[in-house]
Amino acid sequence: MAEDRHVAVLVVGGGPSGLACAASLAGSCEVLVVEREQRAGGIPRHSDHTGYGLRDRRRLMRGPAYAEAWRTAALDAGAELLEGAMVTGWTGDREVSVTSPAGRFRVGADAVVLATGVRERPRSARRIPGDRPDGVLTTGQLQNLVHLRHHEVGHAAVVVGGELVSWSAVLTLREAGCRTVAMVTPYAKAEAYALFRWAGRAALRVPVVGHSDVVRIEGRVRVRSVVVRDRATGAETTVACDTVVTTGDWIPDHELARSRGLELDPGTRGPAVDAALRTDAPGVFAVGNLLHPADTADVAALDGAHVVAAVRDWLDRGGTRRGVRIAAEPPLRWVSPQYVEPGGEPPARERLLSWTDTLVRRPVVEALQDGRVVGRCRTWWPAAPGRVFRIPSGILDDVDATRGEVTVRLRA
Amino acid sequence: MTYDVAVIGAGIVGSAIARGLAGSELSVALVEARSDVGDGTSKANTAILHTGFDASPGTLESRLVARGYHLLGEYAEATGIPVERTGAVLVAWNDEELAVLPGLKEKAEANGYHACAIVDADEVYGLVPALAPGARGGLRVPGEAIICTWTTNLALATDARRRGAALLTDHRVESVTVGDGSRAAVTEGATVLHTTRGDIAATWVVNAAGLGADQLDAAFGHRRFTVTPRRGELFVFDKLARPMVPLIVLPVPSSRGKGVLVSPTIYGNVMLGPTAEDLTDRTATGTSEAGFEFLWEKGRALMPQLLEEEVTASYAGLRAAIDRPDYLVDLDPDQRYVLVGGIRSTGLTSGMAVAEHVLELLTEAGLDCSPRADLPPPPRMPNLGEAGIRPYQDDARIAADPAYGTVVCFCERVTAGEIRDALASNLPPADLDGLRRRTRAMNGRCQGFYCGAAVTACLEQGAVPEEVAGRG
Repeated sequence: MAEDRHVAVLVVGGGPSGLACAASLAGSCEVLVVEREQRAGGIPRHSDHTGYGLRDRRRLMRGPAYAEAWRTAALDAGAELLEGAMVTGWTGDREVSVTSPAGRFRVGADAVVLATGVRERPRSARRIPGDRPDGVLTTGQLQNLVHLRHHEVGHAAVVVGGELVSWSAVLTLREAGCRTVAMVTPYAKAEAYALFRWAGRAALRVPVVGHSDVVRIEGRVRVRSVVVRDRATGAETTVACDTVVTTGDWIPDHELARSRGLELDPGTRGPAVDAALRTDAPGVFAVGNLLHPADTADVAALDGAHVVAAVRDWLDRGGTRRGVRIAAEPPLRWVSPQYVEPGGEPPARERLLSWTDTLVRRPVVEALQDGRVVGRCRTWWPAAPGRVFRIPSGILDDVDATRGEVTVRLRA
Repeated sequence: MTYDVAVIGAGIVGSAIARGLAGSELSVALVEARSDVGDGTSKANTAILHTGFDASPGTLESRLVARGYHLLGEYAEATGIPVERTGAVLVAWNDEELAVLPGLKEKAEANGYHACAIVDADEVYGLVPALAPGARGGLRVPGEAIICTWTTNLALATDARRRGAALLTDHRVESVTVGDGSRAAVTEGATVLHTTRGDIAATWVVNAAGLGADQLDAAFGHRRFTVTPRRGELFVFDKLARPMVPLIVLPVPSSRGKGVLVSPTIYGNVMLGPTAEDLTDRTATGTSEAGFEFLWEKGRALMPQLLEEEVTASYAGLRAAIDRPDYLVDLDPDQRYVLVGGIRSTGLTSGMAVAEHVLELLTEAGLDCSPRADLPPPPRMPNLGEAGIRPYQDDARIAADPAYGTVVCFCERVTAGEIRDALASNLPPADLDGLRRRTRAMNGRCQGFYCGAAVTACLEQGAVPEEVAGRG
């Protein structure tokens, strides 16, 4: 069966990164964005608090307004936006099948940009045992309920996780009239606070229980309590609550990337890309939090603008992923992009993105190639767990293109 | 009114019995303590359609499982209950287990199943390349299949209802006044079930109460068995793991204790489990840290690659184990009472054969159970299985009704049309779990991150709201 439709560029996913990509490209070629939600905009649609837009739109915005701004920008630039339509699989190297109320059809493209985003690991994937009562949610589901459907939540919540998004959950709970009785995080208390700086001091009254895990959820019909265990002492405490929000612990929505057979990074579990955001499949690109789970929406959107150069280059001349492999050393969990070409194009915002499992307040970052330090810098910002740690890509300037893999590591 | 027969318990066995009886001229009540059918042991089992190859030869269970395998297989064809005939292989990891295989093959033959074959290690790895190293050999059981246990229960209960049975949910039987059997008056002489929603009078009572069967049996004055709730915890892995497990991988029963199985699910996932833990609490369907650790260890030994994939769900089911080695089906003509007890996890397969057996017993006792002429056709159930065409893949269906083109649950690809149909069905869901069992919505890898709020809105409104349905 022949493809039903052919476009120059197909963008899969209409969140900030996909919409920003479409907005930047649509002036010069035909761009189709396919979005499975009824309205494009991505996760900021239901994150109704401020903190959006600083780096990409140069102003501070609330999530829904920010989502809408990117949607409008893509449409104004001339991109076609197909909402309520889902890409269900690949039918060719750069051809996908789509299900929509108008029917099923195939879309072929000269270039495909994957912008499928990221989701939080739910309770099951975190393997938290216990009863299966109502009232256990991810932040995504919570914010959908509260902001899009004005649904009630409970009165007393335990927030699981110590990431930036955990505080976003606290803000949403507060707005819904639900008190956060504890934030349970595996990190030290100070680390959980260290990363939170953007939404006012009031929410900081949340009691943070550091170095701890929720090890059991109790309640037959509705959540009644959780059991919290201290990692150091093993001591267990029962905390009464009627709501549990599992936050963060991100995993890319990588189903299409995997079913296309793209090389994935074992740390991010998203596609391994070069600095220009090419995957290992010619003409297939990836942007946003599919690549770095999960940075802020503005950084995801800047990927969308950054990929444009490589997409245009591919449409004009072809060209495949290039560069030396970059790997992360613990406590760094991953680094993105995974391939950087010495002397070539730098990554977006000239930053490598990475994720740390421990707090280093004034870190020195080193790049090693074949056991030799080839680059070093000290950042004036901390490497804190729970949010992306950004590394100036200049530390790779002296990497030798003819030699082996580069390792990036942290020093106190 | 006085029903001719009240069947207590709307799990698979009770629903099958009610369906069978409702096919006659008898008036039938299907009495269920919970808000939905199949909400007890029937919803959380390993979902395997068993050949009965490993049953104890000569037992009632052996006979009914073998018979039920065919009855349910045919019924699934007629109603659209998803079945995938994957086959199974028992894997032996040491000399002792290897030595057990010929005996198992003989046992299968004694059970009337002749398709088992002993295979060597190379063949085992040919069947399941992702298996951990160290397998020594195996036994192929090509007839084992995977099935949708939820749809099975719903089909039987829907069928019973369409045939005229009254489904009485939220009716927990708290005590019983056993009738004296006199036929002088309509209600006098009948047994009265005192439930949380009032009394139900019936001439005959069938006890298919699963985990509560012994307590109900005691209410009829018997002390013949005890149900021990045996908890089985399971992990369900992401669909991306499915290619690793092309068929059911079973442990060989041995002195080293019971192993766990790895099986594909009808929804395209992989299941690991179950644990087996005898409890006293008949409501303890929670999962445990110890159970999770045990499964993780077993999984690492069986298929380490599997553990790299995400866990989509974990759950615990309770099997109604009893203190005797066979099903306990017994008719008491004086009390006009039938006990259907000890139907453990094989009850999914045997349910329809158990129903047939119960109808035979009742017929012998003088009740006319012969089928009436004007039976409605069996219901056609929505396909929840990955092996068949699902609505989101069905061009013709979407063209006829665009609601099947609006995907609401992205992970499981459940459309607005399917959610609408479930809410408007003959047996609508009572809660979110009920909607999940009818559609798979929210059962996927994100567990509601994307669609949870939308699906909740559908349930609360009893229909798909416009903003969820989109242009569909």
